[in-house]
Amino acid sequence: MRRVTAAAIELAMALALLAVWWIWSAGSDSFYFPPLPDILATFGDTWVFARAGSDVVPSLARLTAGFSIAVVIGIGGGILLGGSRTARGAVGPIVEFLRAIPPPALIPAGIVALGIGDVMKVFIIAMACIWPILLNAIDGVAGVETTLVETARSYGIRRRDRLRFVILPAALPQIFAGMRISLSVAIIVMVVSEMVASSNGIGFFILQSQRSFAIAEMWSGILLLGLLGYALNRGLTRIERRMLHWHRATRSSALART
Amino acid sequence: MSLLEVHELSKVYGEGAAATPAISELTFAVEEREFVCVIGPSGCGKTTLLRCVAGLLAPTAGSVVLRGKRVARPPDEMALVFQEYNRSLFPWMTARQNVAFPLRRKRLGKQGAARAETALDEVGLGRFVDHYPWQLSGGMQQRVAIARALAYQPSVLLMDEPFASVDAQTRADLEDLILQLRQRFGVTVVFVTHDIDEAVYLGDRIVVLTRAPGRIRETVLVGLPEPRDQIETKALAEFTRLRTHVNRVIKQEAARQPASPDAQGS
Ligand SMILES: Nc1ncnc2c1ncn2[C@@H]1O[C@H](COP(=O)(O)OP(=O)(O)OP(=O)(O)O)[C@@H](O)[C@H]1O
Ligand SMILES: [Mg+2]
Repeated sequence: MRRVTAAAIELAMALALLAVWWIWSAGSDSFYFPPLPDILATFGDTWVFARAGSDVVPSLARLTAGFSIAVVIGIGGGILLGGSRTARGAVGPIVEFLRAIPPPALIPAGIVALGIGDVMKVFIIAMACIWPILLNAIDGVAGVETTLVETARSYGIRRRDRLRFVILPAALPQIFAGMRISLSVAIIVMVVSEMVASSNGIGFFILQSQRSFAIAEMWSGILLLGLLGYALNRGLTRIERRMLHWHRATRSSALART
Repeated sequence: MSLLEVHELSKVYGEGAAATPAISELTFAVEEREFVCVIGPSGCGKTTLLRCVAGLLAPTAGSVVLRGKRVARPPDEMALVFQEYNRSLFPWMTARQNVAFPLRRKRLGKQGAARAETALDEVGLGRFVDHYPWQLSGGMQQRVAIARALAYQPSVLLMDEPFASVDAQTRADLEDLILQLRQRFGVTVVFVTHDIDEAVYLGDRIVVLTRAPGRIRETVLVGLPEPRDQIETKALAEFTRLRTHVNRVIKQEAARQPASPDAQGS
């Protein structure tokens, strides 16, 4: 019941915002801020599904590839480094340094080294996404309750199985926190890389529309990015809820007790 | 040769100024099928002792020998019930999964799940097999941890104050369950407790430790008749005599000046 109410409020807020935008832009004759109905009409013409295959699919493919690589490397590295204080100490400063570089700054270097193709974009997206996941995974692994690990050890559970069935699940809440940060970073870097060097993709489309004074198209692309980001976040949260039902429950029952 | 031999075992945590000696030159042996209770004041190193025996903690000096072989890592035939039962259950596993998890190495397949259920049944949690730890009370979580050790069918069972947070009736039931298991499977048990009655009721022998750093203060032989019975055994004059004796030893130990250098082992 409470969830239904929450969902209804959420929907009502979104509709209210759209209504405000609609009314505010209604009689607009400004070239840069076309009326919302125009943008929505353009949105329909452009994305359902004229340019879905030519721009949305490539963008999402790059995003997925880069993000997935980052997840695999981030979790793997986190398990390797999180387990050893020495390794953490040795690698810590390097990770902090690499993380401090704003990912778009790597695009020129990426172009020089890898050209302007998909490989470069996937690489840049992965580079940007690795750090939040890696750092959170390291923290998560380092913070695993020692009694849990000792329990597994005392029952003769092999190292590999301990990693897979004890350390990984215990660190998963932190890893998901990292993945949520990385996902929004991934979308930013995807758009920027497509604006700088690309011949397709949503970022390319937005910049191209602006340059050719197709302002409604430009706005429709921005709208699409917002919707995509929202949907991807919702998707990730769903997966997280499913995989961490035990963890959310732990927290809420701890709250209920106090 | 005894099944389990603890030889001059010492453990010092930390180094230099921060060094804390936890146990000091402990020597005792446990025979096959014997039930040894370890009792001593809080912080005297009982948990430390069990962790060394379980092969989880490397001693600073001395050794633990199981069947003639020095224990350097957790032996296959040993199970340990941790004092912090609530931190030793895997929160993402149900009671059944928690109990069955250590059995995966034994490759029992379906039988493993059945054994897990039997063990949970025995500790009175047959209706809670699919509950997660956070859905169980403290005492129930503790029983899941006990069921896990039972399902593993170790030949040596180490228990660190396993009944600390269950009610009196459940506690009596669990005590009898452990005694039965020993009868049935010939398990050897090393059992840490704070409760003198419990130690006398369960043990063949009671090792009383001194204050920190723990040394052996006295070893008390318990000659009570088998099988033990919650009512009959506790009504025996010998039971009363033993608990008074252990009580007196512990009282004397508590009154002793802290860190006196001439603590006696026996
Ligand atoms: N990991 C650790 N690092 C440093 N000191 C420790 C550590 N674990 C225990 N100690 C110290 O060693 C001593 C013995 O601790 P231990 O946990 O073995 O006592 P115990 O007899 O089990 O106590 P209790 O009956 O309260 O459980 C204590 O003084 C404690 O402060
Ligand atoms: Mg203890």
